[in-house]
Amino acid sequence: MILDNTAKGQKYYHHKDFPHNHHSHADDSASAISVQKSGTREIKVVRRVLDVNEKMAEENRKLFAENGVFVLNVMSSPGSGKTTTLEKTLAKILPEYKSAVIVGDICTTHDADRLAISGAPVVQINTDEFGGDCHLAAHVIDKAAGGLDLADIDLLIVENVGNLVCPAEFDIGEDSRVVILSVTEGEDKPAKYPLMFRECEAALLNKIDLLPYLDYDKDKAVEYIHQVHPDMPVFEISARTEEGFEPWIEWLHKKIKEKIG
Amino acid sequence: MHEMGIALQIVDIATASIPPNLGDVRVAKVNLKVGKLAAVVPDSLRFCFSVATKDTPLDGAELVIEELPVLARCKECSTQWTITNPVFQCQTCNSGSLEILSGRELDIESIEIAEEDKNDSG
Ligand SMILES: Nc1nc2c(ncn2[C@@H]2O[C@H](COP(=O)(O)OP(=O)(O)OP(=O)(O)O)[C@@H](O)[C@H]2O)c(=O)[nH]1
Ligand SMILES: [Mg+2]
Ligand SMILES: [Zn+2]
Repeated sequence: MILDNTAKGQKYYHHKDFPHNHHSHADDSASAISVQKSGTREIKVVRRVLDVNEKMAEENRKLFAENGVFVLNVMSSPGSGKTTTLEKTLAKILPEYKSAVIVGDICTTHDADRLAISGAPVVQINTDEFGGDCHLAAHVIDKAAGGLDLADIDLLIVENVGNLVCPAEFDIGEDSRVVILSVTEGEDKPAKYPLMFRECEAALLNKIDLLPYLDYDKDKAVEYIHQVHPDMPVFEISARTEEGFEPWIEWLHKKIKEKIG
Repeated sequence: MHEMGIALQIVDIATASIPPNLGDVRVAKVNLKVGKLAAVVPDSLRFCFSVATKDTPLDGAELVIEELPVLARCKECSTQWTITNPVFQCQTCNSGSLEILSGRELDIESIEIAEEDKNDSG
């Protein structure tokens, strides 16, 4: 994640030239094997390490499309206000769209319990399966979705694990990703976690009710967001007071309508 | 943070890439390309790899990581440059509409099979 100058002088690697769809098999041809100076035989592999996740994500995406479900992946640092924002969002969106939630929590059911109060079905998942608890992977979503009646759902919200690094890397088959940043965190978070802010479609700047008590430069935070992701919509909200929720809910409505009508 | 999961995935792919006709061989090296935008810390990945390879044909193998720069191209004016600080805006025309050409990789390029095992194990 650290962008530095050591990259200078390195050979450029053109993504376009990369044979994404060609997964060469070990026995493809003799030319795939070459003898190295060190005496080892080199065997070309050329595979994306995460291709298993990517395939699963595509399957999820197909399943969600078949059932007319719009899927929103919500990410943030721990404690930025995902659960609180979703509680309030559900209350406003439920009258119109049947919603369900998948929540990735490391070891408690607190978030699931809070979200269940909305009346929406909530699936709590264990994140310990795929080598750690830092993100939700596509196969975990597949399993969790199995516990939901997708045909009866318009909106599926996924509260990802509190982490600004890893979830950005894992496609889960969602339609849209949003990131929540709170004013109690550093203004320069977007610059520190550029992948997350580039991968998300919109940002929610939460806890603005606290601004009067903080030495937080909101404009600077928005500027950082736009450096990393020019034109990214930024919704300034307070999940506590519900200030600023209207434009956010309107945006979400529009996104859902675009997909399911 | 998910380096152990990545390491296990690498071991799976590398093991499946050993040509079956070679029989019991040892993998000496795995060549990996990692983009600078990928959420992977090379040192931590190397450590997890050394743990994940225990009791596999990759036991003791070296994980060679080539880090790739973040290369962008402006969709408006086609300027191409390497991003070294997190500002994703064209230096020539200020457009924010970019194509990221490289920097997201997490790809296994190749594996290298140790030759000496053939003689030792005879
Ligand atoms: N003042 C204020 N506090 C908030 C706001 N939103 C959330 N909080 C508080 O921040 C704390 C964390 O909120 P959560 O909604 O649990 O955050 P989260 O992102 O779901 O946390 P994890 O799931 O643990 O990563 C709680 O104490 C909330 O009451 C807000 O808009 N204003
Ligand atoms: Mg939560
Ligand atoms: Zn330009």
